Amino acid sequence: MQLSVNGKTHELDVAPDTPLLWVLRDHLHMTGTKFGCGKAQCGACTVYVNGAPARSCMLPAAGAASAEITTIEGLRGPAADAVRRAWTTLDVPQCGYCQSGQVMAAAELLERNPAPTDADIDTAMSGNLCRCATYARIRRAIHQAAGELEAGRNA
Amino acid sequence: MRSPAPGIPARPQGSLSRRGFIAASAAVAGGLVVGFRTAGAEAPPAPAPPPTPNPFDAYLRIGADGRVTVLSAHMEGGQGVGTGVATLVAEELGADWNSIDIEAAAGNPVYYGNMAMGGAFQLTGGSTAMSSSWHRYRQAGALARQLLVAAAAEAWNVPADEVRVAKGVLSHASGRRGTFVDFVERAAALPLPEDLKLKDPADWRYIGNAGLRRPDTAAKTTGAQDYTIDVRLPGLKTAVLARPPKFGATVKAFDAAAVRRLPGVVDVIETPRGVAVVADTYWQALKGRDALGVEWDESRAETRSTGDLFAAYRKQAADGEGIPIHGLGDASAAFAAADHRVEALLEFPYLAHAAMEPLNAVAWLDDGRLELWGGLQMPDHYQAVAAEIAGVAPGNVVLHMMTAGGFFGRRATPDSDVIVEAVSLAKALPGVPVRVQWSREDDMTGGRYRPMYVHSVHAALGADGRVSAWKHHVVGQSILKGTAFEAFLENGIDATVVEGIDDMPYAIPNLAVRLTMTDVGVPVLWWRSVGHTHTAFAVETVMDDLARLAGRDPVEFRLAHLDKSPRHRRVLELAADKAGWGTPLPAGRHRGAAVHRSFGTYVAQVAEVSVADGEWRVERVVCAVDCGIAVNPDIIRAQVEGSVGFALGAIAHGAITLTGGAVDQDNYDSFRILRMNEMPAVEVHIVDSAEPPTGIGEPGVPPLGPAVANALTSATGKRQRVLPLGARV
Repeated sequence: MQLSVNGKTHELDVAPDTPLLWVLRDHLHMTGTKFGCGKAQCGACTVYVNGAPARSCMLPAAGAASAEITTIEGLRGPAADAVRRAWTTLDVPQCGYCQSGQVMAAAELLERNPAPTDADIDTAMSGNLCRCATYARIRRAIHQAAGELEAGRNA
Repeated sequence: MRSPAPGIPARPQGSLSRRGFIAASAAVAGGLVVGFRTAGAEAPPAPAPPPTPNPFDAYLRIGADGRVTVLSAHMEGGQGVGTGVATLVAEELGADWNSIDIEAAAGNPVYYGNMAMGGAFQLTGGSTAMSSSWHRYRQAGALARQLLVAAAAEAWNVPADEVRVAKGVLSHASGRRGTFVDFVERAAALPLPEDLKLKDPADWRYIGNAGLRRPDTAAKTTGAQDYTIDVRLPGLKTAVLARPPKFGATVKAFDAAAVRRLPGVVDVIETPRGVAVVADTYWQALKGRDALGVEWDESRAETRSTGDLFAAYRKQAADGEGIPIHGLGDASAAFAAADHRVEALLEFPYLAHAAMEPLNAVAWLDDGRLELWGGLQMPDHYQAVAAEIAGVAPGNVVLHMMTAGGFFGRRATPDSDVIVEAVSLAKALPGVPVRVQWSREDDMTGGRYRPMYVHSVHAALGADGRVSAWKHHVVGQSILKGTAFEAFLENGIDATVVEGIDDMPYAIPNLAVRLTMTDVGVPVLWWRSVGHTHTAFAVETVMDDLARLAGRDPVEFRLAHLDKSPRHRRVLELAADKAGWGTPLPAGRHRGAAVHRSFGTYVAQVAEVSVADGEWRVERVVCAVDCGIAVNPDIIRAQVEGSVGFALGAIAHGAITLTGGAVDQDNYDSFRILRMNEMPAVEVHIVDSAEPPTGIGEPGVPPLGPAVANALTSATGKRQRVLPLGARV
């Protein structure tokens, strides 16, 4: 099976029902994408499949074979940069385990919606669990990143 | 030393030369231990240190690249403890904050024993890290600074008191300048100074600085931060275990042969904790486990349902039995004589920790040496357990303190659950590194819960309108009884069950606290803020009911009973003030307050809830915190914000139930934790204090439940005493 991850094509010999998450982690040794629930309940395993957020823990690798996959290691662009800066400025993460998924979800939200409201943030982010409950800072950081992107556009 | 794969923090064990490094010395570390012991703490003598290849790497090293690595005695799991410890070192050392790296260290209780718990063993827990570290790590930083200054003074031939240190640079009025690296070698060879001078608090630039950022944040936004699940080793295998479906069940039979034929499966091994399938990858191991077809012997298993247990507990709570553990005056007589009474029966469910990183550990036994990677809250305990299982000397067990993907108490298990599993498999497969990885379902159904409890509270008002009597009976499991830590029971009493009741701050003349410890086959454990998770709810909701009964404002009523507790008063007044207590609210909004001390820290919270069509949500929580000197104000705020969300998820949704002994919840869909859309706005106000720092990882949790419940009672006029509250009132 061939898998295209972060712009690079990998030739893999894996059982086709293996979830993409475990192909990334155990076969490609890209461990930034995290295992949290195995049931698409927590969002720790969020990757992009053709640019859209997907839960890699329930997506059979064979189903992603023709797609372009982006992981936290390959996440780039103005929105991602702004999100990371805001996350760092506000020290959003505590344990950090869910934050790859949070950053992926937040960057995608800002790509699609440059000025999200609190309600937009709730809709986009409520599938990403954080047991440390860093939600208040995630919200602030998304607003801050949006403001920075807006300032950049107007500059 | 075997070199781990890239990305794995290398342990300095045996690999560091003295050259290029400086550290607070073993002599100082050991010699000052006695002087640091917490007054009144049981302090068994610290054991002799195991042979340490380099005694000069106890607390900090300065690398040839100028980086200062702080060796933290505490496991990082999000609570910010590494940053806290590093702040103390950097402050006294005079380091540049941007040059600081943090590593957790273990394996020598003389260096790393928890000073807040007597110093004899290393432990991350009980919100003790800052109180344990406050003297130790400032002294380590100061010692290193003094040695560097002495070295520079010697090299420049100037008096030591003329050498300045700031942001990692040593300088002299003559124009001479140098960095730490320039003087490390000379400093390391100097005799240790006899008197250690700590900075005047007026000169602190890092302690108390809210602008200090966490060094570990950036890696957590790029996927670069490694946890136990990310440990890579040559030939590493993954094991998944089939564990008993009911607590106490044992293996009867399974089909190893069929599983061994599956792709990627390396072995099938029966351990004392279940049947392990060891495979090349997690998915292969999981598929292998599905095919095991284990038959279980449930003849000795716990088969009761939580409904049965609650019924039994309620009966026990009503019968007035139990061990009297605290008494003042005559509570029964005062209660009988009172005209205005509150009788409350409260129920608290089992709760899962549900940290985002499912439990795991990596073990590798090779040539008489065992290496262990994990989120290790109790490294010495795990080292001893691992040594015994592996049949090696404890000194041959090398511990790798990984950052934990959350823990909340779950990685401090007296029975060393996942450690026993990993080491048992490493022993069965010598030379092969093995990671035991629990699935979410394993983690959720695996027990070690916050115990379920029933509280019976009988409280009354005297003729003067003050609380005259308080009878409190708690029924539930002991966390310590029947474990390796049973010795911590005091006269057969588990203090962690009643903490927060017998030491309640209110001036009540007649107080009687009783405890019934039950025997249930469900393993239980400390869960973020331990006994305070339920005792604060009971005390602070009943106190609110008494205020209502007295026709008094709940905050004013509490303050009237807090004459002898100024720190409680201060946080309650501050939270009430900042929340606008007593000022009008928009229609549908209601406030509730609670104050509680746990782990030496005082927290008051005012919750503002909205109720519409029977559905409620918490809109805002105003918190006031007194945790002594605020070493890292922004981390204190973060911990309290997170505690609010953690606690709110629990009181709104959290419950583990059992049916016929089997756990009903197995993932985040059935055991709900808080989600983004439920998170309230949180404000945290920190009391200015010169007291030594106390903990902050846990104390933000206890007041949230009662503050919210009190707000809901304000809204509805009803009192719900069974948790979780659910989505509707």
